[in-house]
Amino acid sequence: MTENKNGFSPKIAAFCCFHSAYQAADMAGATRHAYADGIYIIRVPCAGKVEGLHILQAFEKGADGVLVLACPEESCHFISGNIRAKKRVNHILQVLEEIGLEPERLKIFNLASNQALRFLQVVNGMAQRIKDLGPSPIKAGNSGR
Amino acid sequence: MIVGERKSLEEIRKMINGYKKVLVAGCGTCVTVCFAGGEKEVATIASALRLAAQKGGDAVEISEATIQRQCDIEFIQELKEKVEQADAVLSMGCGAGVQTIAETFGGKPVLPALNTRFIGRTEEQGIWSERCAACGDCILHLTGGICPIARCSKSILNGPCGGSKDGKCEIKSEVDCAWQLIYDRLKSLGQLDLLEKIIPVKDWSASRDGGPRKQVREDMKL
Repeated sequence: MTENKNGFSPKIAAFCCFHSAYQAADMAGATRHAYADGIYIIRVPCAGKVEGLHILQAFEKGADGVLVLACPEESCHFISGNIRAKKRVNHILQVLEEIGLEPERLKIFNLASNQALRFLQVVNGMAQRIKDLGPSPIKAGNSGR
Repeated sequence: MIVGERKSLEEIRKMINGYKKVLVAGCGTCVTVCFAGGEKEVATIASALRLAAQKGGDAVEISEATIQRQCDIEFIQELKEKVEQADAVLSMGCGAGVQTIAETFGGKPVLPALNTRFIGRTEEQGIWSERCAACGDCILHLTGGICPIARCSKSILNGPCGGSKDGKCEIKSEVDCAWQLIYDRLKSLGQLDLLEKIIPVKDWSASRDGGPRKQVREDMKL
């Protein structure tokens, strides 16, 4: 559903907190809602588990965009993992700027486990933005690793 | 511990420009604790360099290795094979680490990925501050355990100066006046009489004024 006329279907790595975004994704699926087919969900026990390195490696492996989906700020299952995730994302945004990758390729959102529709809005919105931006200049497996 | 800070990616890229194979070498001691040059930081900067190279169309192969301590030759030997395969080593150790690798592997260019900043302590996770200037002539017993050399902006020995205001230093409002701290500490220790003693002019020959320093323990030599 996100493929454009040039055949570009963005690949987006979505790090989903098990206690919120992953449940929301599950609910979206259970209620038969479709979302962009290039969304690759990576279940994490908490958004605070996501290291900056994981985000960079996702880009190295060919992701056109990366999402970090965390619990709402006031209700992290592990108290402050979502705040840590936000700080790490901000740090990696600076690294992306140094690299020369567009900051729009990395986003963090907060959502609750019962927000299936918000999950759909977030991932589809990201897919659309990345589609407009075009493919990542990094080709998978081609970054010397 | 020694506190370091990573140079900008742009500066690092300029340094490694022209080398086809670069080994990013981390250190598992001080710079790991201050999140500047440990295993995770090595992996992160290596990944960022690969991405930047790919973005810029540069052909460079980045490898990674982290050893326990870059300032000890016995640990550095673990790098031998990887150093031989690289055109240059990008050290994420402190200045001592960079130089020890350079001295050990004379034929390889060794480049500093960090700026080595100071000897300090962790105030809280993510915050480090200077505590010691390695002056070579410690007087902490006279100053309530607070170093006027490292923590007073002017390194004066009989302070405070006229720039101390409300316990803060005139250079920046967030910098504590070391001599205010010393006064408060000595007062709480009941040792204010120590402030009556005039600390004589410091002999800086034990510091950098004496040239590069070396320490020899004959009893410890093998």
